[in-house]
Amino acid sequence: MAHAVVKGSGYVLIHTPDMILHNGTTQTTEKTINPNSDYLKNLPEHIRSFEEVVSYPPNQTYIGNITPEELKEYKMPWHDKKVEGADKVGKFGEIMPQDEFIGLMKIVDTFDLVKLEKKFTEDVKQKLGTHHFMKEDLILRLKEGEEIESIKKSVEEQGAEGLYNNGELVGCVKRAHDIDVNLSAHVLFENLVAKASGVLAALNLIEKNNINPEEVEYIIECSEEACGDMNQRGGGNFAKAVGEMAGFTNATGSDTRGFCAAPTHAMIEAAALVDAKIFKNVVVVAGGSTAKLGMNGKDHVKKGLPVLEDVVGGFAIIIGENDGVNPILRTDLVGRHTVGTGSSPQAVISSLVTEPLDKGDLKITDIDKYSVEMQNPDITKPAGAGDVPKANYKMIGALGVMRKELERTQLNDFIETHGMEGWAPTQGHIPSGVPYVGFAREDILNNKIKNAMIIGKGSLFLGRMTNLFDGVSIVMEKNPGKVDEEKGVSEEEIRSLVAEAMRDFASHLLKE
Amino acid sequence: MSLFDGKKIIIIGDRDGIPGPAIEECIKTTGGEVVFSSTECFV
Repeated sequence: MAHAVVKGSGYVLIHTPDMILHNGTTQTTEKTINPNSDYLKNLPEHIRSFEEVVSYPPNQTYIGNITPEELKEYKMPWHDKKVEGADKVGKFGEIMPQDEFIGLMKIVDTFDLVKLEKKFTEDVKQKLGTHHFMKEDLILRLKEGEEIESIKKSVEEQGAEGLYNNGELVGCVKRAHDIDVNLSAHVLFENLVAKASGVLAALNLIEKNNINPEEVEYIIECSEEACGDMNQRGGGNFAKAVGEMAGFTNATGSDTRGFCAAPTHAMIEAAALVDAKIFKNVVVVAGGSTAKLGMNGKDHVKKGLPVLEDVVGGFAIIIGENDGVNPILRTDLVGRHTVGTGSSPQAVISSLVTEPLDKGDLKITDIDKYSVEMQNPDITKPAGAGDVPKANYKMIGALGVMRKELERTQLNDFIETHGMEGWAPTQGHIPSGVPYVGFAREDILNNKIKNAMIIGKGSLFLGRMTNLFDGVSIVMEKNPGKVDEEKGVSEEEIRSLVAEAMRDFASHLLKE
Repeated sequence: MSLFDGKKIIIIGDRDGIPGPAIEECIKTTGGEVVFSSTECFV
């Protein structure tokens, strides 16, 4: 079969310092139950500057300026380390400051729900005018801006959600309905953040990979937000909304949901659509979440650290027809956590890792790199949530020991060789499997590795519809060269057919 | 006789460690009574 290939990727981060306080659920919950808490008082002293966020080694890894191997050379903790000469523009994408992003929220707003103050609008227009690829037709969508009094009135009297920059009100997101909670300013704010960051990732995908947006035929959006109204909460469709802004004029699309596992589900779906020749080019895209900003902030502040969950993430991947060059997606080596799998860590990892490997007669050590939940341990360890990627690698290695594919004494070497340090922000779906796809494509093309397994896991129980866990995986592999479609069957297959026919003939002769 | 005999048990599992239902299965083999079980996600 001519497997689909990974043709390129785009990765973006947006520094959102004011949104930590105003839109992160840890902070908004604290404001409700304990408005005078020490945490809220001390929080502003723990916010990082844009320059600090840009030079933070895990962030430079996320946008492709340093490799996972180079990140490893920085001794943890990383929050006090800097990448010298760090650039906000990366090989795979960019890190955008908050003011430009607020402007982008206005640009992608098609219902005139975002109102920005006049002077702020003018400043952002100028800044985005110097952006390395933002086109004028998008910048013009910022319009002229509004008087601050009308914005204040919308926030104070009409249920609008404030947009703040450097502690000042600079705009708002209006509600789109008087009583429908699904169209409240709060929900629309989160949805516009997901849309704008998804659009930024899609634009970077186009820019960094020389993609003609008109050649994209289908879009799968896989974030964790839901858009709709009171009659169809979560009806969708972020995919087409993002596609409209990114210029995917010949594409339709749909949203795939599965908590943090959704991006890997989406990659499998995209590969299947291309394998089946339904669409030639499919984009998998997701924006990020403001709700998760400062999620573990209380522990960071308590320990005197900066609030490290200060960026919204986004990514986009294009999966297309086999070109004989780019790494293939082995849709025949897909792992899945089924309804009947169970929730023990051993059962989960077996279903995601060893079951697909068995299909290909492969050992655990035959996969060069495992991309698991790539959460940045600099964020999770001080919060008591441990080193998530390392925990996953230990479990995969332990299964290898059980299967007698490596010695117990080789466990640490296995983690060292087949694992990586996590570098992605704790934005749910953003760190799940997909952060390595960009590097995996490069490493495979450069013959540094021959294959990688992308693993996504999701906490379905958070939705209170099932107590089940979820996960899927797929193997990315070096392209063996273009498959000759005209040939239909390979020489090996012909040999096997001839051998089978001869065996049949021989058995007939024996019977006679 | 086990450590959990006659005890009421509250389970808080971790999605990246040992999830609630897995701990629950273990507790069922003891004399303890699970009164609450949940799995939390910190990432």
